[in-house]
Amino acid sequence: MDLNYTKEEKAFREEVRGFVRDNLPEDIAGKVLHHRRLGKDDWVRWQKILYHKGWVAPNWPKAYGGCAWTPIQQHIFEDECGYAGAPRVMPFGLIMVAPVIQTFGSQWQKEYYLPRILSSEDWWAQGYSEPGSGSDLASLKTRAQFVKSGEGDHYIVDGQKTWTTLGQHADMIFCLVRTDTTVKKQEGISFLLIDMHSPGITVRPIITLDEEHEVNEVFFDNVKVPAKNLVGEEGKGWTYAKFLLGHERTGIARVGESKRELEQLKQIAGKQLRNGKPLMDDPRFRDRVTQVEVELMALEITLLRVLSSRTKPGPEASILKIKGTDVQQALTELTMEAMGPYALPFRPETRDAAWQGEPVGPEYAGSAAAVYFNCRKTSIYGGSNEIQRNIISQMVLGL
Amino acid sequence: MDFVFSEEQQLLRDSIQKYIGKDYGFEARKAIVASTQGFSDKVWAQFAEMGLLGVAFDEAHGGFGGTPVDTMLVMTELGRGIVVEPYFSTVVLGGSLIDLAGSEAQKQAILSEVAQGKLLLAAALGEPDSRYELNCVETTAKRDGAGYVLNGHKAVVLHGASADKLVVSARSAGAARDARGISLFLVDRNSAGVQVTGYRTIDGMRAAEIKLANVKVGADGVLGEVDQALPVLERAADFAVSALCAEAVGAMEALNAATFEYLKTRQQFGRPIGSFQALQHRAVDMMIHCEQSRSLALLASVKVQSEDANERKRTVSAAKIQIGRSGRAISQEAIQLHGGMGVSNELAAGHYAKRLTMINATLGDVEHHSERFSSAR
Repeated sequence: MDLNYTKEEKAFREEVRGFVRDNLPEDIAGKVLHHRRLGKDDWVRWQKILYHKGWVAPNWPKAYGGCAWTPIQQHIFEDECGYAGAPRVMPFGLIMVAPVIQTFGSQWQKEYYLPRILSSEDWWAQGYSEPGSGSDLASLKTRAQFVKSGEGDHYIVDGQKTWTTLGQHADMIFCLVRTDTTVKKQEGISFLLIDMHSPGITVRPIITLDEEHEVNEVFFDNVKVPAKNLVGEEGKGWTYAKFLLGHERTGIARVGESKRELEQLKQIAGKQLRNGKPLMDDPRFRDRVTQVEVELMALEITLLRVLSSRTKPGPEASILKIKGTDVQQALTELTMEAMGPYALPFRPETRDAAWQGEPVGPEYAGSAAAVYFNCRKTSIYGGSNEIQRNIISQMVLGL
Repeated sequence: MDFVFSEEQQLLRDSIQKYIGKDYGFEARKAIVASTQGFSDKVWAQFAEMGLLGVAFDEAHGGFGGTPVDTMLVMTELGRGIVVEPYFSTVVLGGSLIDLAGSEAQKQAILSEVAQGKLLLAAALGEPDSRYELNCVETTAKRDGAGYVLNGHKAVVLHGASADKLVVSARSAGAARDARGISLFLVDRNSAGVQVTGYRTIDGMRAAEIKLANVKVGADGVLGEVDQALPVLERAADFAVSALCAEAVGAMEALNAATFEYLKTRQQFGRPIGSFQALQHRAVDMMIHCEQSRSLALLASVKVQSEDANERKRTVSAAKIQIGRSGRAISQEAIQLHGGMGVSNELAAGHYAKRLTMINATLGDVEHHSERFSSAR
């Protein structure tokens, strides 16, 4: 038992810190740190930098071009990147669908898709939720009908996916589709890789409370998908989906980013005044910051405990999702409150990095409330926190 | 970074678990709590035999040279059994004060006796107006030849009435709240002028108000450097707080387990109440509280040794804040989920809740440590 980092781990942290300092483009970090809008190019540029360094896929095996880092190394990497203001590596390809392809995919899928994911040539999206299927994901209705054909066997897909994050940029989407309506709902689901440029696909934006375009509806109308784009076996999609969710939950704690947001909160609350003194010195406000900071310290150790356990992250990982999003939401709430009345001005134009206008109030005002409202999504997405509690209750507590 | 206990540590843990499981069940504990002394000499002798009383001390002083992680391990198991013997006051707090402040001769004489179970200690640090501030000392120590004369009132001294020796903080110089001017003294409980009023605590333990009226202490009773005791007091208290956090984690685990078991067995509306989602989600939150507490208790047991005093204070206070908040949440929820049974003194659940609640009130509550945490940035 030793919760101090080893010499090698400390050296690794220094190496990562140095690399990020020297290679993270300033304009991108500036956007992240000041909550400016990121474009597709910003994400892709950073991912390509990591790709050329060989660091874009910490969780992949070496054979596929990954780093095969230990979980502690992965955490250090995410911690440093998050803290420095690097954009989050888009999880849909690298973190979500890649392990599914590596584990269940065909030789062709591995050879074709994995290198394109690694080099960020394809932007992936996730096609899980549907208008009628949120928490009850297995009730999904998007149909995929197998067609035997001389020109090549294929599926015809009809239906709708929703809440598709950054789907407006996507080249590919992995979808859960219903291939059999005659069996138990979980057993009729298959996992398809669909080209977003296929005829019959329409992407329509959903504008969120911050008036940003981050999520979309994706409509499938008679979309032809080659049969070779089926992952694994027909009817096994639910198993693959659950496998994928296990990979998603460990990264979702977002400890490094929350540490950064905490630092920003302290800086802001150090400048805002209450009774003529820095808000950060006001015991009432300070205690609320302390409460979040302590939870975040605990969360980091909880995360490291989960990562260090010899077995693959199981349902315990749901704790990370619940606590991680609790902390993120508390931080955005406190940051907004720290602004006092300057939480009111809504200046979406200030989210544009090119914007040169006169700020209203402190330079950090204008987006805090928008960020707060945006962050309400975190306890809903990735399996709502209620679903996470159901998982722990059933799988861990046995209730 | 490594979260695995060594084989020796696992053996130590297993041996305590086995002993408590066999000889320290809830009924046995109840009888001990109701006894005149409030703890069992037999249990104490057994602890000595198992080597628990010397875990933290150097081998040169009759101990086993363990680390704070070993103490954490012991305390977690004692917490799991809500053990009422004076381990915390004698070995953890009293022992570490001697260990940190004492001369070689004092350590040789006292710690080996403690390790053998022959000597009980109590730390008389608090006062009626001091709350949790270790620097708030109004008890006076006036020079008297080679020694000192003590006068004052030490409050809520854990196991003060049964201790053979008291470690007393007193002011040898300066004003009531000055950091400088505090000294530590070793006082025999039976010395002339020591008036001890013992009482029960709500969590099944014992404590005492101790009034000192012209109590003479010889030169050999001075513990550590005169006027300079505060840093030592703070280090000992931090070690003691990290141990309390570990104890709390053991109590949380046991209380959660009892509550989840109750949810599975208690039937209402023709089904186990644990099948209701409203209760399931509350149970999950209890579990998360316990895991977050465990994380910081682990961290505190490592960082309590940090050379960087700010890092030590911050981590220990963070752990105490987490444990205070989580201990309150778990104990309130456990009582609620046990329904009427939760408020019955017959059930163990309420006794775990009492201990968790009193741990928050020992050596600094959430508010105290929140202030300390933010001033140590």
